Amino acid sequence: MSAPALAGESAVGRLASAPRRPQLDRGGIAVEVWLRVQASLVYAFLYLPIAIVVVFSFNANSLATIWTGFSVNWYPTALANSVVQNALANSFIVAIPNAILATLFGTMAALGLQRVPRRVRIVFDAVTYVSIIIPEIVIALATLVLYATGFGFIEDTFGIKLRFGHVTIIAAHMLFNTSLVLLLVRARLSGMDRTLVEASADLFATPWRTFRQITFPQLLPGIMAGFLLAFTFSFDDYVITTFTSGPGSSTLPLWVFGQVKRSVSPETNAVATIMLLFTLAMLFVGQFLLLRNSRRTQGRGGAGMAGMIAEQR
Amino acid sequence: MTIAAPSPSPEAPLGGRAAHDVEIVDVTKRFGSVVAVDRMNLRIANGAFYSFLGPSGCGKTTTLRMIAGFEQPTSGEIMLAGQPVAGIPPYRRNVNTVFQHYALFPHMDVIQNVGYGLRQRNVGRTEELERAGRALELVRLTGYEHRRTWELSGGQQQRVALARALVNQPTVLLLDEPLGALDLKLRKEMQLELKALQQEVGITFVYVTHDQEEALTMSDVIIVMNEGRILQEGSPTELYERPVDTFVANFIGVSNPIKGKVTAFDAATHRAEIESAGGLRIAGVVTDRAARPAAGTEVTVAVRPERLRVDAAGTPEPEGSGWVSVPGRIEQGTYLGEQTEYRIATDVVGELIVRRQNAAGAAQHVGPGDAVVVRWQEEANLVLVD
Ligand SMILES: Nc1ncnc2c1ncn2[C@@H]1O[C@H](COP(=O)(O)OP(=O)(O)O)[C@@H](O)[C@H]1O
Ligand SMILES: [Mg+2]
Repeated sequence: MSAPALAGESAVGRLASAPRRPQLDRGGIAVEVWLRVQASLVYAFLYLPIAIVVVFSFNANSLATIWTGFSVNWYPTALANSVVQNALANSFIVAIPNAILATLFGTMAALGLQRVPRRVRIVFDAVTYVSIIIPEIVIALATLVLYATGFGFIEDTFGIKLRFGHVTIIAAHMLFNTSLVLLLVRARLSGMDRTLVEASADLFATPWRTFRQITFPQLLPGIMAGFLLAFTFSFDDYVITTFTSGPGSSTLPLWVFGQVKRSVSPETNAVATIMLLFTLAMLFVGQFLLLRNSRRTQGRGGAGMAGMIAEQR
Repeated sequence: MTIAAPSPSPEAPLGGRAAHDVEIVDVTKRFGSVVAVDRMNLRIANGAFYSFLGPSGCGKTTTLRMIAGFEQPTSGEIMLAGQPVAGIPPYRRNVNTVFQHYALFPHMDVIQNVGYGLRQRNVGRTEELERAGRALELVRLTGYEHRRTWELSGGQQQRVALARALVNQPTVLLLDEPLGALDLKLRKEMQLELKALQQEVGITFVYVTHDQEEALTMSDVIIVMNEGRILQEGSPTELYERPVDTFVANFIGVSNPIKGKVTAFDAATHRAEIESAGGLRIAGVVTDRAARPAAGTEVTVAVRPERLRVDAAGTPEPEGSGWVSVPGRIEQGTYLGEQTEYRIATDVVGELIVRRQNAAGAAQHVGPGDAVVVRWQEEANLVLVD
């Protein structure tokens, strides 16, 4: 309450949070250096291919693999290409509704699961995890088979002819994304202080007002993280999209792959680089929002998006 | 300060407040096979400071949660301001709680937290800000309106929680070990402040604690609980000077137990004569007014350490009648600042703990190993029938 008391608290906090590193002898230093070199090599391995794509998107030569000089011309060329424009539009037409719907359904499911008895919840949790680790190709094939038989059945009985297109891609992407959002929001919910809800009821708020004023704001970081991850997943997905797209609904990743089959051009690299930057920007925004929010909500999820995901055990 | 002058609550019958803010009638609460609260009967009068005192797990929180509406009694009835409240959810009870870890809303600033209850009741914006401002003034947090709650120290968060509850002028304010998370010095300060605050606003406080000193410092009435039952209800003085059984005698303060058997009991004066296991004959008042111990009943005579005096062996008995003298030897003397605590081994009644004020001129040259006489007046004997 008084200023000295405050100062005292923070001083104690600082002492406690700064453990001294142990002194190393020469052998210890050698080991330390070697471990750091190893780690650097691992990171180089991870990012080398990406670095090459980015570098070669600035290649003046039209053959992507032979460096002849620096040029930024491939970017305007790519963006002026009507096929690229179309694919980009398709990517957004798929990714945005997918992210919105997955976030909505995932959040609803998470809230519904909250009051369910423990034993039932464990079953649903298991189902959720499994749906996330099922190989993508299996989901792709399964949805394709479902669509094909389902559409055939509908045509036979009702005479309505359904076609593959944006809607089929969105629905297939949502299989994975809804589970993802569900997990993120569940983590947030279970980390939430239950007494906040009780305090709200104690202060005359009806259950609905408590949800609106307390629970929802507390969940928002999780919901946002879910939305952004769902968007980026959908935006760059190839496997499920190829299986479930129809004529005219090709997304950017499909176009890139189509290009690569002929020859890798710097134009393709430029498109890949644009996608990379866009995805990173989304992640950055998400991380920023989460960190800003987590300070307000008792420091939970302090590591932002990565923390949210890591909290899933 | 007008903010929390008790106003008729919505539930109060016409013509003013009921005589009791809370009535607990034969309430039992079970969780599966655990009986958390066992046939409790209690009436809480207007405007006083009540404390539930008892060891951890004795059912204090459960009782509070039933009053607030977070738990429903398994059987029995709770009345608030004279009206039964069975089935009425917390948000429709005119009761507010200060939670142990404050439960401040982290996404709202201080003034938004304090005005939360008023907003739910659709008090206008101007009135909300005005009343919340006055509540902050009451807890001396003016100027902190737009601070984030997590930027505040523990004591300040505590005050915000208090203001957030008091601003609604509840019929009763429930406090569940609200000082538990604070350090000792701050806790002492807050105890006095809470007591002063309660007297200022006149709202009935129902306070839960396992700390006897805290209860003694603040309460008008202490309710001692153990294993879901009320053992004794009374003022701090009453509990200290007339505990009904050994649990209360040991929970509130320290006492020297002397085991013995009743040899005679006088129902008119409610006094008993006792012969201790070591052959000491003493007399004292039976604290439990309902008890009528027959001759031969096993009892415990409790004597508070500060009622005992230590004299060097051979010192003549002081003037006046009714002195009990027991010879012994000092085993240990512990200097505690304002007082010294002696552990004294006696043949007649075993080990005795004596506390003596270190007042000016009180210095007596007794130390470990010395032969001494422990003396006390008979009126200090508390005869406990369990
Ligand atoms: N929600 C609950 N479910 C099961 N048992 C409970 C629950 N709440 C309290 N209890 C049990 O009831 C008893 C009293 O608890 P509580 O009222 O919290 O005690 P206190 O506040 O005095 O420490 C304890 O044995 C506790 O384990
Ligand atoms: Mg408790």
